[in-house]
Amino acid sequence: MTIKLRYFAWVRERVGKPEEDIDVPAGVTTVGELMTWLASRGEEYAHAFANPQIIRAAIDRIHVKPQNPIGKASEIAFFPPMTGG
Amino acid sequence: MTAISTVRLQREPFDAAAEAKKLTRGRTDIGALVTFTGICRGSESGEPIAALTLEHYPGMAEAEIERHVAEAAERWPLLGVTVIHRHGRIMPGEDIMMVATASSHREAAFAAAEFLMDYLKTRAPFWKQIEKADEKIWVDAKATDDVAAERWAAPRGRHAAE
Repeated sequence: MTIKLRYFAWVRERVGKPEEDIDVPAGVTTVGELMTWLASRGEEYAHAFANPQIIRAAIDRIHVKPQNPIGKASEIAFFPPMTGG
Repeated sequence: MTAISTVRLQREPFDAAAEAKKLTRGRTDIGALVTFTGICRGSESGEPIAALTLEHYPGMAEAEIERHVAEAAERWPLLGVTVIHRHGRIMPGEDIMMVATASSHREAAFAAAEFLMDYLKTRAPFWKQIEKADEKIWVDAKATDDVAAERWAAPRGRHAAE
């Protein structure tokens, strides 16, 4: 299953790209598991996802928790806590 | 109850007074209009800043604000809501965003404006980066903003039952 990943703010800077398409490996079923897998993909990912408990996620533009299943997501975004307003 | 709502994300500056006026023009049912404008400060923790850059998640930012505007309209008898949020580079002294809420009476207008601000701060996908003379720093989220947003979660059931 191919999904689009999007990164924002310092997560984007650390990963070094704003978005990419990935094939979700077998055994990765939740957003939290996806973060763990991403962290293993290289130095820049390890840096971006070193502290997964502070990273927020959205599936198809809706906020989700790490335990949320990936399901049939087409786009998953990772970003720091928000600071708008 | 028809709450006319406007949600807009834009790079360009906006005129907060003119936007607020649009909510009340030609109407006699509105008795209260609350507006909040967030403005870019020229210093942060005592240090001068050159500019602020706001990154956002296009599509989600608008949808998230619209969800909260819809929730505000369910919880309070609103007659109009406007939320405008800028993105891109913003200079000190410039407006960053505004919320305006109109209602027959002040309680609903004040409460809805505060509710929208508290949720925007913690749930709308925007990120501020401070530009200083020699470095750029991402602004850290404040725990006090989370506390402010959480207080609206408790009375939800009560409002829903009314």
